[in-house]
Amino acid sequence: MPFIPHTDEDIRAMLATAGVPDIETLFDEIPADLRTTDFDAVPPGLNEMEVSRLLQERAAQNRPTVCFAGGGAYQHHIPAAVWEITSRGEYYSAYTPYQAEASQGTLQVIYEYQSMMTALTGMEVSNASIYDGASALGEAVLMAVRLSRRGKSSCVLLPATVHPAYRQVVATLVGDQGISLQEISYDFGSGVVEPETLESIQKDFAALVIPQPNYFGCLEEVDTLTNWAHERGALVIGVVNPTSLALLKPPGEWGEAGADIVCGEGQPLGIPLASGGPYFGFMACKQAHVRQLPGRIVGRTVDLESKPGYTLTLQAREQHIRRSKATSNICTNQGLMVTAATLYMALLGPQGLAQVATACHANTMALVKRLTALPGVEQVFEKPFFHEAVLRFPVPASRVLSVLGQGGVLAGVKLEQAYPELNDTLLVCATELRNEEDIEFYVRELTAALAG
Amino acid sequence: MSEIPAELKYTKTHEWVRQAGQGDLTVGITDQAQEMLGDIVYIELPEVGTTVRASVECMVIESVKAASDVYAPVEGEIIEVNTSLTDQPELINQKSYDDGWLFRLRPNNTADLDRLLDAKGYADMIAAEG
Repeated sequence: MPFIPHTDEDIRAMLATAGVPDIETLFDEIPADLRTTDFDAVPPGLNEMEVSRLLQERAAQNRPTVCFAGGGAYQHHIPAAVWEITSRGEYYSAYTPYQAEASQGTLQVIYEYQSMMTALTGMEVSNASIYDGASALGEAVLMAVRLSRRGKSSCVLLPATVHPAYRQVVATLVGDQGISLQEISYDFGSGVVEPETLESIQKDFAALVIPQPNYFGCLEEVDTLTNWAHERGALVIGVVNPTSLALLKPPGEWGEAGADIVCGEGQPLGIPLASGGPYFGFMACKQAHVRQLPGRIVGRTVDLESKPGYTLTLQAREQHIRRSKATSNICTNQGLMVTAATLYMALLGPQGLAQVATACHANTMALVKRLTALPGVEQVFEKPFFHEAVLRFPVPASRVLSVLGQGGVLAGVKLEQAYPELNDTLLVCATELRNEEDIEFYVRELTAALAG
Repeated sequence: MSEIPAELKYTKTHEWVRQAGQGDLTVGITDQAQEMLGDIVYIELPEVGTTVRASVECMVIESVKAASDVYAPVEGEIIEVNTSLTDQPELINQKSYDDGWLFRLRPNNTADLDRLLDAKGYADMIAAEG
């Protein structure tokens, strides 16, 4: 098969069908002044040696930046063994391993991943991952509405403290499926959804989404919120940061009955920050809801000789068998990312993950304490936080970002675009990677910026 | 050769229909259908009280091979469903004409039954399908 899309003969055939003699005539209606044939900005081709030299020069322009930005993507230490093993040829396959003949090794990795995710979230079942955290929440919303079919409500309560990008993705995914999303506002003093706010909600709803920690880093009152939703016959969808679960109560134990569906972004578990991807979404739920969980599930069984074997189960719900009745048609399994996450969790163990979480929290506490000691810098919300906090500055947030950026500090994430009331604020984050010296560096740079 | 009880009515989509007294109908899938599906692992029953239309899907049966629609044989209201299938979907494989029944239906028009196949008609149809 030729890799050239169309041959001269193809082009002649297409032009004949369109009824024009040549390509120039085809483009006739485009005004001449809009067309350009002279691409000054595109340099001529280079050979390998020249390209190599050019890229080295460009790479040298990158300056190391100390990262204090989070907002859904976090810089953590990744043990070298994680990607050393993940990028072995056996795992580095080119395609989502959904086929029944997928190797036992791949299936076992996914099985281990599912087991660890259920342990971490306190839930009964986990799928083998999904595209990313935002789409996992979209799928969770769709799943909750399917489950509440008997309740006949297709409204889902979505607090403003959920990641703004996630809310946009969810709106896009479910907007044309007859599902309505009702935003729940947060309390401007505490930065969380105050349970009293919910009392004004009279109408039926299928589910309440609860972020923990929320986008501002604050800890929501998950037990109260969970019970409130369950008392009204609705489901609870938890959106959680996996690192935080090493310290916080797992969603399976929220309130009297626990969350029904749990999802989130798996990036903190061994996936590097790489200009926004690839990431993976995780989804877990109660056993009773497993039939509505999108994506793949690997099960463990024994063969006729009692040897353990792993197999894809519940495939009848998958799009290649069930087509229009599939639970989802975009449940892309991020196999390679999941392999890395499985290795990350296995290498750290529950204790290691708890150490990471504890260090993140302690470092962010230290950062906030040092920064708020500077004149005019204050913590916006009074609630406890995990490893992020919102700070207000006496100068515009974009100025803080640009001045500190020039000095080599990535100072945080600006909130103003999604939350106009939070102008002059930054969401700051310190993971286990930020030591005393880094925090000192931030303080020094900010002091200079405020003085200037 | 699969079992085709003489006293039942059948659809071209492999449902069977039994008169359940007072004009109500019991509906299931045929022995032929359960054999084609293989091990049945899950079912989504219709909701009691809903109105179904003839030849329109009203529930789903999942087997290890596929997820398949079950079609309402005639128009009517669902008055009862076989809830024991929720925990034991394999009853459909084991006793498709008895314990493996799916739902009971109150037809809007009993004359609709005349459009269904009798046992011979159904047997001829599956013979022709090979």
